[in-house]
Amino acid sequence: MYKYDNYDHAIVNERVQQFRDQTRRFLAGDLSDDEFRPLRLMNGLYIQTHAPMLRVAIPYGLLSSKQLRMLAHISRKYDKGYGHFSTRQNIQFNWPALETAPDILADLATVEMHAIQTSGNCIRNTTSDQFAGIAKDELEDPRPYCEIIRQWSTFHPEFSFLPRKFKIAVSGSEGDRAAAQVHDIGLYLVSNQKGEVGFSVFVGGGLGRTPYIGKCIRDFLEKKYLLSYIEAILRVYNRFGRRDNIYKARIKILVNAVGKEEFGKQVEAEWEHIKEGVLKLEQKDIDHAQSFFTSPTYDEDAVDVNSFNEVKKSNSAFSNWAGRNLYPHKIPGYEAVVISLKAPKIAPGDATDEQMDFIADLSDQYSFGEIIVTHDQNLVLPNVKQADLFSLWEKLETQNLATSNIGLLTDMICCPGLDFCSLANAGSIPIAKQINEKFDDMDYLHDIGDIKIKMSGCMNACGHHHVGHIGILGVDKKGEEFYQLTLGGSAENDASLGDRLGPAVEKKEVANVIGKLLDVYVDLRQENERFLDTYRRVGIRPFKKNVYASN
Amino acid sequence: MRVIKDKSVIDDEWSLIRKLDSSASIPEGSVILPFSFWQANRDILLKSKKNHAIWIDGSIETESLVDDLEFFSIIALDFPTFKDGRSYSHARLLRERYGYKGELRAIGDVLQDQLFFMQRCGIDCFQIRDDKDIEQALNSFEAFSKCYQAAADDAIPIQKQRKFK
Repeated sequence: MYKYDNYDHAIVNERVQQFRDQTRRFLAGDLSDDEFRPLRLMNGLYIQTHAPMLRVAIPYGLLSSKQLRMLAHISRKYDKGYGHFSTRQNIQFNWPALETAPDILADLATVEMHAIQTSGNCIRNTTSDQFAGIAKDELEDPRPYCEIIRQWSTFHPEFSFLPRKFKIAVSGSEGDRAAAQVHDIGLYLVSNQKGEVGFSVFVGGGLGRTPYIGKCIRDFLEKKYLLSYIEAILRVYNRFGRRDNIYKARIKILVNAVGKEEFGKQVEAEWEHIKEGVLKLEQKDIDHAQSFFTSPTYDEDAVDVNSFNEVKKSNSAFSNWAGRNLYPHKIPGYEAVVISLKAPKIAPGDATDEQMDFIADLSDQYSFGEIIVTHDQNLVLPNVKQADLFSLWEKLETQNLATSNIGLLTDMICCPGLDFCSLANAGSIPIAKQINEKFDDMDYLHDIGDIKIKMSGCMNACGHHHVGHIGILGVDKKGEEFYQLTLGGSAENDASLGDRLGPAVEKKEVANVIGKLLDVYVDLRQENERFLDTYRRVGIRPFKKNVYASN
Repeated sequence: MRVIKDKSVIDDEWSLIRKLDSSASIPEGSVILPFSFWQANRDILLKSKKNHAIWIDGSIETESLVDDLEFFSIIALDFPTFKDGRSYSHARLLRERYGYKGELRAIGDVLQDQLFFMQRCGIDCFQIRDDKDIEQALNSFEAFSKCYQAAADDAIPIQKQRKFK
């Protein structure tokens, strides 16, 4: 993984000093609320319903065991002993005191972490594929490019006061696990006809109030132009993006207002001026970034299919877990293990300090000391030998970390909702709890199979409800919490936005309505069809009919 | 009025005229005029041999100034609120693309915590908001000793400083 040099350390330490001074001036009354707000937001600090919330950056979701132990320490020392992993591969602490934020940042800096640009109208943490570096379908590891973008975007002097927040995702494989098409910029590593690897560039995707799938403005961009091209996009956006209305300020609105062709033309015209300038990457720049993302020393004799299959046969609980929570590894004999943070009765994405320490230890023991945060709010140990899987599973069981539900109904994406967030219209966590209580039969869940439920407590869509196979959006109706359902969304290669099912339903009915939707699926599904496939084949009508028929 | 120029606080003779009808008579003294007034009275203004200064905000296209850059000794860039970042692009384009060598002055909601970014974009004069301590604002220029990006200042981006094996 990337390792800071003296330059990176200097910048992060100076940031701590700067923020300490800004916090001091705010507490002394020299900075007004309005003046301090953007400063603290650019450091990931929100003022929430109960207390400040601090969002810490986890660049492209990659953590070392040492860093995860520090997150455990922070949750213990400054918070209530847990943290919440977010859909942007970051972690959020819900209860720190404002006064302690500079100390938290100082602690983070000791393990090469920070909260820089985790909020605010600036370029946010660049996200990527949770299986980067190990997936069989990977053309090239996207993380070196994420790191190049991270450095370029950090304290960018021109783009720190954009019209609105700006999110970039990079995917390096055939299967898009980074939801690249619902980002302000989505980059896919692709090869051209000559066999050279470069990027295809999508802009203007995004969820929120006005969801759009990104538009491709360049089929192939040579790697050396990565930064100059992104800078050109950002400059066009910074100059011409709307600033009069916060809900129309994202780049997607600009792209759709002027049209994809015209927007692309403006970007290309700007790019012509700067493409051969200082932003052009040299091969040694790329080599340098890539040098941090080398493969660990794999055991060549790791293949152990027989004993792995033996244990699976003899232990059905382990077998269920192995069936859902493993992801195929490019090296024979290894698996990527997904640790579910979606146990029943736990808020999706939450982990306690004890669990974080425990997982850090497991990663040292079994997976070369690395952990990856997924945008589905789970954790991954990317490099586990098949021979170690059973003992790993047994250990995960002891900490309530072995729920066999990856990709199933209860592996929900869920924002913090009304319980924590001052923007929310309705609760998300109580709905997750309701769904967990209704669907507690593992056999049923396995029978339903792959389905993505995504839930947001307001139309800002932190829970990505638009791209859930079933999306749930909390709305406020005259002071009552109601929930609007959508069907048929996807954030993968076949990205699509969900269709509205019908009128919003009462809070107590959400899980029942999902039950009715699943009944239709079970009734109409053909062999091997996922919920999404059936929905796309039969359309919304039978689902609508079953949910609203009795009303 | 006191402004920060080249990282020191100085007394300054220029006064900013926010609004001026294009048909108004030409004001006396050292004045920073709205760009629209300049455009409407360009020929008359050019006949007077004095220094010229204009101000623009983010709604003006940078390109509409380029033919006149040689005449300006000050271009003031407005930040109607510090959250409006369009003038950062103005500054970089004027310096890096169009080679403007005169003064770039930040006006409007100009606050200490944005000065580091502004100077990196090529702004060299700062009219700090009246109610703020201008001396204290001087502290912010050195917030960071290193930069990841090249901009309009002379900082060498980290990537170019790294020693590769």
